[in-house]
Amino acid sequence: MRLGRLSKVTLGAITGLVLALIYVPLLVVLVNSFSTSKNLVWPPPGFTLEWWGKAFRNAGALEALWTSVLVALSSTIIALVLGTLISIALQRYQFFGRDTVSLLVILPIALPGIVTGIALNNAFRTILDLKLTILTVIIAHATFCIVTVFNNVLARLRRMGTNFEEASSDLGAGLWTTFRLVTFPQLRSALFAGGLLAFALSFDEIVVTTFTIGGGVETLPIWILNNLFRPNQAPVVSVIAVVLVVVSVIPIYIAQRIAGSEQTRR
Amino acid sequence: MIDHTSRPVAIELSALTKRFGDMAAVDGVDLQIAEGEFFSMLGPSGSGKTTVLRLIAGFEQPTSGTVSLFGRDVTTVAPFDRDVNTVFQDYALFPHMSVLDNVAYGLRVRGMSRITRHARAREALDRVRLADFADRKPTQLSGGQRQRVALARATVVEPKALLLDEPLGALDLKLREQLQVELKELQRSLGITFIFVTHDQEEALTLSDRIAVFNNGRIEQLGTPAELYERPVSPFVASFVGTSNIFDDAVSLALLGRRGTHSLRPERIGLTVGDTADGITAPGTIAEVIYLGTNTRILVDLDAGQRITVLAPYGRERFSDHDRGARVTASWRDADVISLQSPTTPPTAPSEKTPIEMRSR
Repeated sequence: MRLGRLSKVTLGAITGLVLALIYVPLLVVLVNSFSTSKNLVWPPPGFTLEWWGKAFRNAGALEALWTSVLVALSSTIIALVLGTLISIALQRYQFFGRDTVSLLVILPIALPGIVTGIALNNAFRTILDLKLTILTVIIAHATFCIVTVFNNVLARLRRMGTNFEEASSDLGAGLWTTFRLVTFPQLRSALFAGGLLAFALSFDEIVVTTFTIGGGVETLPIWILNNLFRPNQAPVVSVIAVVLVVVSVIPIYIAQRIAGSEQTRR
Repeated sequence: MIDHTSRPVAIELSALTKRFGDMAAVDGVDLQIAEGEFFSMLGPSGSGKTTVLRLIAGFEQPTSGTVSLFGRDVTTVAPFDRDVNTVFQDYALFPHMSVLDNVAYGLRVRGMSRITRHARAREALDRVRLADFADRKPTQLSGGQRQRVALARATVVEPKALLLDEPLGALDLKLREQLQVELKELQRSLGITFIFVTHDQEEALTLSDRIAVFNNGRIEQLGTPAELYERPVSPFVASFVGTSNIFDDAVSLALLGRRGTHSLRPERIGLTVGDTADGITAPGTIAEVIYLGTNTRILVDLDAGQRITVLAPYGRERFSDHDRGARVTASWRDADVISLQSPTTPPTAPSEKTPIEMRSR
């Protein structure tokens, strides 16, 4: 379809405007992290690396970073194991209630975080009588991290078909051997992509985290929220925000690259 | 030719039935296959032949009936505990493994050491003349090479019977003919039972000691290639194995002077211009002449109301496109007319609408 010159310019301008609306504020945060002003005045009166240095010596921020990584890694691992198991169950076996289970597994990604957060908070404290700790955050994050792993693995299993598994079984391999030598090697890149997305989801999550985290523990997003309005912390918060963006975006970018290259390969 | 009656039974199916929902893909099949036999299951798509193979391999569980392998009831035994191996239609070579590792796979899962299994796998690859391709990935091979790797992978574990699911279906004609010869030689040298699923009647006739013709989940006829070709029992077999002219009750009465359903092979009909001919004769008009190289196929509209196919060998009476509309006389010997069971099924192969070859999913 050919477009007229005017249409091209108009559509280009709208696209530019929308993208600017999304990314200019992020750029401002990046610039502010180098600003000499403590109150985020615009335009910045001057530039300095002071805040980056301070941020990396800020014990609270570093601890929050470590907590976030721990939470994201742990919930990703849980999601990888459970997500793989459930997708094999749903793709390879027939059983009563299969469609219902499938829906229930995907649902957490669509549920409003605040609902999930309140519900889990309630369940942990009043029903299970658990103390809110980093563990409860990990469990809460795993509920929606499973979804990305599940979707990736399910699609891969569907595309693989059952032929390879049948061939393996035909040649004398039992269920576990077949999984280890045939199914898993073919799932690897799907697991990697799903795991990266899960990590990114968990790393910048704040709503569910707020309701499931114990006192005294902070993930990076929570730390930012708590420090945003403290005097003199604004530039350090900007630095941490930039770090948060970078750590969340890289996995998404890699996951997309994997998905893209596999599509063109087939 | 293997005499299947004097040999021990390798595979026995009794009242084997497999339903998918309401449809019976396999409908009460009884069958005995002898040791060392090259046995083919021939039929159109959806006739149940592949499902029978999958039931023998253990990928499907029968709804009822039993499967016995070498005297042992294996109906509920998992595929990995059965002494048979399969060559899959699409080969199912593991894409993440080298050709050598693919062939060595069955030995690996049996706990054979790396050195021994690689040596055995190399021997197997040598037998199919692919020794130089051991380190390649399956995707780097041609269709015919993949097919031979699949054969090597399935035979290196020394199965007592080999199941082949349309193994040549994806290959072009020349390669197919070449691999048919190789398959036959392999079967002779291994001396084990081959069960070969195909929809290609010519392939089945060429390779098999015996053939079971499948239709609608049942065995329509079981016999040697010659028996099936020369004495088909039903219109279905008559037209699926080779081509046949089928005369229904009314046409039989008009042409042969007796009732019933009959078939007549196109190459058994002579054609002469005008009305001089011996034997049973029927006048008609040439509708189409198709040149086939070694012979010519001529469609004739008989005055009795039936269109027949005549296969005239090259050299005798030559007909060409110009003869369309010419008056001719078809003639044949009564001994060449085969009496069939009255049709329980339509005389032509079922249309593509009849259920797809059922798989587990």
